Amino acid sequence: MTEAVSQPDQPQTVEGGDMTGDRDLFSKFDPLIKMRSDLLSTGVTDPFGLVMERVISPTVAMCNGRETILLGTYNYMGMTFDPDVIAAGKQALDDFGAGTTGSRVLNGTYAGHKAVEEALCDFYGMKHAMVFSTGYQANLGIISTIAGKGDYIVLDIDSHASIWDGCKMGDAEVVPFKHNDIEAMEKRLKRIPEGAGKLVVLEGVYSMLGDIAPLKEMIAVAKKYGAMVLVDEAHSMGFIGPNGRGVAEEQGCLDDVDFVIGTFSKSVGTVGGFCVSNHPKFEIMRLVCRPYVFTASLPPSVVATATTSIRKLMTASEKRAHLWDSSRTLHKGLTDAGFQLGTTEPQSAIISVIMPDLERGAMMWEALLREGLYVNLARPPATPANMTLLRCSLCAEHSAEQVQQIIGMFTRAGEAVGILG
Amino acid sequence: MDREETSARIAALIEPFNKKGIAIDDTTRFTDDLEFDSLTVMDFVAAIEDEFDIIISMNAQAEIETYGQLVDAVVKLQG
Repeated sequence: MTEAVSQPDQPQTVEGGDMTGDRDLFSKFDPLIKMRSDLLSTGVTDPFGLVMERVISPTVAMCNGRETILLGTYNYMGMTFDPDVIAAGKQALDDFGAGTTGSRVLNGTYAGHKAVEEALCDFYGMKHAMVFSTGYQANLGIISTIAGKGDYIVLDIDSHASIWDGCKMGDAEVVPFKHNDIEAMEKRLKRIPEGAGKLVVLEGVYSMLGDIAPLKEMIAVAKKYGAMVLVDEAHSMGFIGPNGRGVAEEQGCLDDVDFVIGTFSKSVGTVGGFCVSNHPKFEIMRLVCRPYVFTASLPPSVVATATTSIRKLMTASEKRAHLWDSSRTLHKGLTDAGFQLGTTEPQSAIISVIMPDLERGAMMWEALLREGLYVNLARPPATPANMTLLRCSLCAEHSAEQVQQIIGMFTRAGEAVGILG
Repeated sequence: MDREETSARIAALIEPFNKKGIAIDDTTRFTDDLEFDSLTVMDFVAAIEDEFDIIISMNAQAEIETYGQLVDAVVKLQG
């Protein structure tokens, strides 16, 4: 699931226009336009209209002329301003130019694209890596291509929009199950007709509540029924697991994952997406996967920054330890202050604070911004159980002092808005 | 299982989801009349799948708007 949008991750059918009206194709969006204008007319700052005028570091930016601590980015490992990463990007700009202007399968594969795929193979200890232009396209491409007509995709109901859209783009039968419910997943696998191809799609970390999946148990069940397993580790890469390979590594079941999907736009600190796999026929995907073929490849500077960042993340165990410290401290601090959190224990770098309702959630979001703190406001229908959440995502570059500052800001804002007693 | 028996079992399952106690016939629509949101749909579909030991995929759900269509789909899926 995703934040910062006014629509659910699971795609909805939008009805056509009113037959009696003027047939403006945009009239189907009128309810949403009205909801937004009603919200903004109350005088609140548009939660989806924030502009960062200047970015000072991975954890601080100027927003509305004010220095603001960033606690709502996916810059988990703080690689965006790493000097080696930036130097590699500048060098690639000089050596290879601003862009490739071509598909990976035509003129868009440079030495840098091969190098970043090699870095991914080394990072995950896998045989094959395929780099897409975004993480969204990686899910879209792999899922829609490998699961065809007559195959079954069994997926968690709280899956990210890119997974749902990959399902919608393909021709397979799509069967969701209740979030992290092993029994519900097994029941569905059991009912799939004999002989049908099966793909189970899971995420390591679910980004709304910051909770992790019981991958070891779930993957064992999937394998029992002969399913292939795809795990999206977008929110765990670089941070979770002894080598930062994600939740599957942490739980000791990475060898049983057929496809790991990941992104460069979180811990890696740039943009792009990928799939790594040990499947012996994996390379054919380069020719049959439409979101890989029919789009331009990433610019040379982007793949150069990604390569450098990925290689540095392989040995970033001290940063990982510090980020875990921050996650535990913030989780405890907010719990002690009286906030209700999405998980009883810190499970990732995401700490989700549950708001009593959308109105007070929006007020709290704005009060925090005035304090000089940016978090993500996540609201129905993009949230599980229609909750309003303030999602905090920590960065390894947040200092211990900043984490204490953040707890103080939350406490003051919570009292001002009347969420804390 | 014939249509009548299937319909009776679905009618019993729908009870806890029919919060406003709307009278149900074959033309009752899940979203417009019963006001099911996506979370309710998921729980309701799971209840039906468990009762009849079938899969109603999202693809199949997309074709089902009314109670009558659901009964027909369940009859068909039971084979």
